[in-house]
Amino acid sequence: MTASAGGERAGAAPWETVVGLEVHVQLLTRTKMFCGCSAKYGDPPNTNVCPVCLGLPGALPAPNEEAVRLAVRAAYALGCTVHGRSVFARKNYFYPDLPKGYQISQFDEPLATGGALAFVSVERGPVTVRIKRLHLEEDAGKSFHDRVPGKTAVDFNRSGVPLVEIVSEPDLRSPAEARAYLTVLKQVLGPGYVKVSNCNMEEGSLRVDANLSIRPAGSTELRTRTEVKNLNSFSGVERALTAERERQVAATGRGEEIVQATMLFDAATGAVRATRSKEEAQDYRYFPEPDLPPLVLTERWLATEKQALPELPAAKRERFEKAYVLSGAESVVVTATAAIADYFEALVGAPGAGSGKEVWNWVANDLLSLSADGETIPLPVARASEVLQLARAGKLSRQAARRVLPDLAARPADAALAVAERLGLLQVSDGGAIDGWVRETLEAHAAEVARYRAGEAKLMGFLVGQVMKRSAGKADPKAVSAALARALKP
Amino acid sequence: MTDFRKAATDAAARIAACEAKGTHAFLAWSEEALLEQADALAASPDASRGALAGEAVAVKDVIADATFPTTCGSKILDGWRSPFEATAVRRLRAAGALVAGKTGCDEFAMGSSTEWCAYGPSRNPLDPARVPGGSSGGSAAAVAAGAVSMALGSETGGSVRHPAAFCGVVGIKPTYGRVSRYGLVAFGSSLDQIGTLGRDVASAARLLAAISGRDDRDATTLDRVPLGVPGAAATTLAGTVIGVPREYFPPGLHAGVAAATRKARERLQALGAEVRDVSLPHTRYAVPTYYIVAPAEASSNLARYDGVRYGRREDASDVRAMYRATRGAGFGPEVRRRILLGTYVLSAGYYDAYYAKAQRVREAIRADFARVFATGVHALFAPTTPTPAFKFGENLADPLAMYLSDVFVCTANLAWVPALSLPIGRDEGLPIGGQLIGPMEGEGTIVRIAQALERVVDAAAEVR
Repeated sequence: MTASAGGERAGAAPWETVVGLEVHVQLLTRTKMFCGCSAKYGDPPNTNVCPVCLGLPGALPAPNEEAVRLAVRAAYALGCTVHGRSVFARKNYFYPDLPKGYQISQFDEPLATGGALAFVSVERGPVTVRIKRLHLEEDAGKSFHDRVPGKTAVDFNRSGVPLVEIVSEPDLRSPAEARAYLTVLKQVLGPGYVKVSNCNMEEGSLRVDANLSIRPAGSTELRTRTEVKNLNSFSGVERALTAERERQVAATGRGEEIVQATMLFDAATGAVRATRSKEEAQDYRYFPEPDLPPLVLTERWLATEKQALPELPAAKRERFEKAYVLSGAESVVVTATAAIADYFEALVGAPGAGSGKEVWNWVANDLLSLSADGETIPLPVARASEVLQLARAGKLSRQAARRVLPDLAARPADAALAVAERLGLLQVSDGGAIDGWVRETLEAHAAEVARYRAGEAKLMGFLVGQVMKRSAGKADPKAVSAALARALKP
Repeated sequence: MTDFRKAATDAAARIAACEAKGTHAFLAWSEEALLEQADALAASPDASRGALAGEAVAVKDVIADATFPTTCGSKILDGWRSPFEATAVRRLRAAGALVAGKTGCDEFAMGSSTEWCAYGPSRNPLDPARVPGGSSGGSAAAVAAGAVSMALGSETGGSVRHPAAFCGVVGIKPTYGRVSRYGLVAFGSSLDQIGTLGRDVASAARLLAAISGRDDRDATTLDRVPLGVPGAAATTLAGTVIGVPREYFPPGLHAGVAAATRKARERLQALGAEVRDVSLPHTRYAVPTYYIVAPAEASSNLARYDGVRYGRREDASDVRAMYRATRGAGFGPEVRRRILLGTYVLSAGYYDAYYAKAQRVREAIRADFARVFATGVHALFAPTTPTPAFKFGENLADPLAMYLSDVFVCTANLAWVPALSLPIGRDEGLPIGGQLIGPMEGEGTIVRIAQALERVVDAAAEVR
């Protein structure tokens, strides 16, 4: 389908879409939130469990400092105010994969509040989404309804894995913005920058619940919203929200009231459907967790963590645009991850590398294509720098350089010059050899030479190409042009 | 070196004699288990030289150990064997003690008589027609019957001191955070604390010293070194100021209790202590506050007994029905009552009126103690229970009457302060307990005063 900014359909009343996201991010700790069990993903079921994360009688939680540290870094990365005192609370509900009958979370005194995340909206340009709160909690186990016929199986490996829940204000205005928000959130918190989580939706280390409502464009009211669940990919989020928006617009068009409901997205059909409505809203009976004292973080510790944050993508882009004279679109490419940005800067700083723009060209067009994951460039900066220097010195053509780079990445112990020589790709600027190829070319293409002399100047390019072909790409194109110009002089 | 096998067989003989009288202090014990532990102890060079080497210690059934089942006196945990041991049990083993067996208690420690134990009540060794008090009634009865000289109990609202008073033994409830709760099956987590019972103050204090101290597994433990063992009883209390809170002596207080505490007060003065009347004005709110806070936390703590992973399960058509059937069949009436009460006070719309308000009153109760102790008072002296041991069935049909039995003990749990009950005489043959309540971390002070008082009081004498 095609969706314009407000999600309105031609001829219908223009509706504005209002979206808020609740994102759960699994923290990359070695061990779980309240016990020493491994937090590793993908181990055989129920192998990383102990009395604490199984909720056995008498077991008690003991907080994991590393989880607190990562949560604090996430909060600072999202511009939140981190509170020196926050309180764990119990969220009570019965479910087979919730071993204690309650989840240890935070409620009215969360770890952090009041952050923001900026991104560029396709529809609205640069926007800032307010982050309402970020709090720490433990994950539940995982239920499988399809492993044992007629029964539910539960894997408690995930039980007690640390999470942060990040709640945005309803500041998003389209399904595409929701996706863009998630993409930037993942860039900041994921392996590319702050590294607090893998942020992998397929593995469940980033999970999204979305709230969506519609309202007449221009209105500021917040109407009844629905919650959309079962979102398993970024594109799924966009598709599900688009479907839900269409459903609400259609229902409203028929004069129906939107009722508060939980909608499940079916990725196979692309449709949303309401879950069996519960008789009443769930009452979680939150109260302060008596097994854990309030979480008290000293100013000094917090200041250290704040300072330990890497430069974030937005700040990096701004700096790169100024320092290296890059456009907005260009800075995005070389700040995709901190590692790529560092690579770019190291290469610019290497001797004889050339201007920021030239280096950007190399990184964006040649070096990034060496990367398998798009997160790092698997070639030592020093070797890349050698290639750039050879190119600037006219010893390696651009095409030749492209052929050198993968070889060099595979054998970084070899110098770039040696690899280029071995591959026979070093450029020839030797006048004698070039003059010879020029002579041969002019003889072989007498007709084109005649047309050139008659005024068809564009044939110069053809002739240069022919000389390059004869040299098997080794001739320096500048020297070839000069030699041709000399030879064709009237 | 002590003959640990002999210590084990002697303990087994004493327990057998106690149980042969129908005391039913123990839910589980065996001579074989004692002998096995004795052999393991003999093979352990460190533990065999420990402070409690060869001492048989009874353990309340709400505390996890690896030798016996841990049922909490409930059918929902019938036969449950914990795969891990409570920190307190690990520590008493490390000090060389033998776990003598698991003692009876009210289901999940909810009660004041052991009548709510799903496996039958324990009897008061001094009068089998009467309850031993509770909820740690089995532990108190085991000590009173001479089966063991020390035992672990637990308190949420007086559950160590109450049966200690009823059975004529010593019970200590330490400062909240003094002993790790790891392995103590949770009832009201902000109130729960493992306590000790002993045939005398020194026994209870020695056991407490062995299990006290910081534990990384319990984030609420105090970061302190373990308590020391008590020295010899002091012969004077000169320079010690003891407050007597008037709210603990209401009009119409049981005449025997009144007489016993009056005599003890005179003894304290005779020892040279300065005894002052003081006031703890929020005392009258303690029972209602306790019966909001403790059930609220219990309703959450007992949610895990859902039949999914362990314990009893009643099969049913779907998971919700399974929960209802399992919990309906597995929990007894008092536990069900408290879960309902606790769920109610935490519910949306009622939280502020009950739970939040109770927390504010709790602060006021705590402030009462802090204020009195800030005036130079070293400890408070008061009766432990309003009456001596009552008869079976006397309070069973009236939950409020049962709850009011805890009126003098639940304040210390709400305020987190340490308290100790010791026998101070008898009335018509039944023991009367007096309690010393100390300031935060004041265990040393109340043990010192209790030892001095114990030395000069004839606990077996009639008080009127």
